[in-house]
Amino acid sequence: MTQAVDAPAKSRAQISERTLRKDPWRRAPAVTATLLTIWVAYATVHVFLGRWYWVPQYHYLTPFYSPCISGSCAAGSSSLGQWFGKVPSIVPYAVVSLPFVLGFRLTCYYYRKAYYRAFWRAPAACAVREPHASYSGETRFPLIMQNLHRFFFYVVILISVLNTYDVVQAFRGPNGSFGFGLGTLIMGANVVLLWAYTASCHSCRHITGGRLKHFSKHPVRYRIWTLVSKLNAKHMQLAWTTLGTLMLTDLYILLVASGTISDLRFVN
Amino acid sequence: MGEKVTLKIWRGDAGQGELTDYRVEVNEGEVILDVLHRLQATQAGDLAVRWNCKAGKCGSCSMEINGRPRLACMTRMSTFDPAETITLTPMRTFPVIRDLVTDVSFNYAKAREIPSFTPDPSVKLGEFRMQQIDVNRSQEFRKCIECFLCQDTCHVIRDHPENERAFAGPRFLMRIAELEMHPADTADRREIAQDDFGLGYCNITKCCTEVCPESIKITDNALIPMKERVAGRKYDPLVWLGAKIGRRPRHDTPAVPGGKKS
Repeated sequence: MTQAVDAPAKSRAQISERTLRKDPWRRAPAVTATLLTIWVAYATVHVFLGRWYWVPQYHYLTPFYSPCISGSCAAGSSSLGQWFGKVPSIVPYAVVSLPFVLGFRLTCYYYRKAYYRAFWRAPAACAVREPHASYSGETRFPLIMQNLHRFFFYVVILISVLNTYDVVQAFRGPNGSFGFGLGTLIMGANVVLLWAYTASCHSCRHITGGRLKHFSKHPVRYRIWTLVSKLNAKHMQLAWTTLGTLMLTDLYILLVASGTISDLRFVN
Repeated sequence: MGEKVTLKIWRGDAGQGELTDYRVEVNEGEVILDVLHRLQATQAGDLAVRWNCKAGKCGSCSMEINGRPRLACMTRMSTFDPAETITLTPMRTFPVIRDLVTDVSFNYAKAREIPSFTPDPSVKLGEFRMQQIDVNRSQEFRKCIECFLCQDTCHVIRDHPENERAFAGPRFLMRIAELEMHPADTADRREIAQDDFGLGYCNITKCCTEVCPESIKITDNALIPMKERVAGRKYDPLVWLGAKIGRRPRHDTPAVPGGKKS
């Protein structure tokens, strides 16, 4: 009589190495972590510095201080008025916009990938074992809050309108008539790229047409979705470019406002 | 006669095994699978390798080549340095049957849990018409060859087997997205995507997209759009309020076998 033999118990291949990858997989997360750290450190210092954010003669206002609503803001820099009196420097002058801009970037689908890989190392790179004993992803607080991305998107559209207004103001010379300089061009380029980054957002792609089941019944929205999808394919590039242009715009205005350099004026 | 290359191959079964070295001849134009076949024919007749089409279309020869999930039939030998030792291991996420062959039945079990296509019963067979622009969106997902490399590389189950019950993996979340976007599908799959198939575990690090041999934009075109749809259903306060006061119609959510709503 033949005796039935059980199949061997199956388990995963026991390979002790964290990864067998031979390519330089550590490079990308290291570069990401370095660049993000530099940017956050720079922005934090200037946001809480409380000066060199406004060039009164050329109407240059850095995006880190827009809208300047504190009673401590320099005369002429408060396009939306001053909402409260003087506050300690621990409160950013643009306290009404910065949390939303920060929230928009923190919940952005690209940045999530970037910081999960670079800082949380979940995973640092594909097929590289992560160091955590357990993992619940975005199912629990606080990471479940990532689902609020679209609400930050709505507010950031309003902030982008305000940044555009700041650029329009920067087309005025010292006597209030038309004029522009290198600072105006830098601010303008920054705002164009900020709009592109905002419009390329995955939430924007969903809202404009992605949520539809029938593209054919909504040809206009399908067309908009197609355009947003093209931008969306460049979302990572726009995310990094706008970090660079935000820093460049702020640094240029800081240097002009502090008297370190003079603005290169083209007209008036 | 071609050059010889050193292969380091994981040999074993039931999880017990070790890396074994082989020197095998390589000829111009060959891929990893060709070299494995030569190894079987000349030195290791008992080496287990699953393969079928040798054209990147059946998804059978999935394995990890130098630590990266890839198809053996689509990995050209010319991409390696001739002096390089090439390491071949089975997919780490799935149990080993023998050598480079793994048991991928986890995936078939997950596939069976997904509520099937649910057309409007009032539309008779042959009556439904679909426009090309609606076809295009799901057509991308239909390119999937079910090689399960995306499932293998996804750290949610690769590094945390305890999540296997709660998380379906990118391939099947993509299937849910495909049905959710289908113009003729009437079921609302947003809640089950989150509650029963674990969409919330995905932290969109895009490894599934990186390894897909069909270049399907799994993350950008399936997982993130699905996350946005779930956000609209579960995390939008206006939707929640509308459902509470009865201003927003309730959708039909299909039950999942063993799921939270069954």
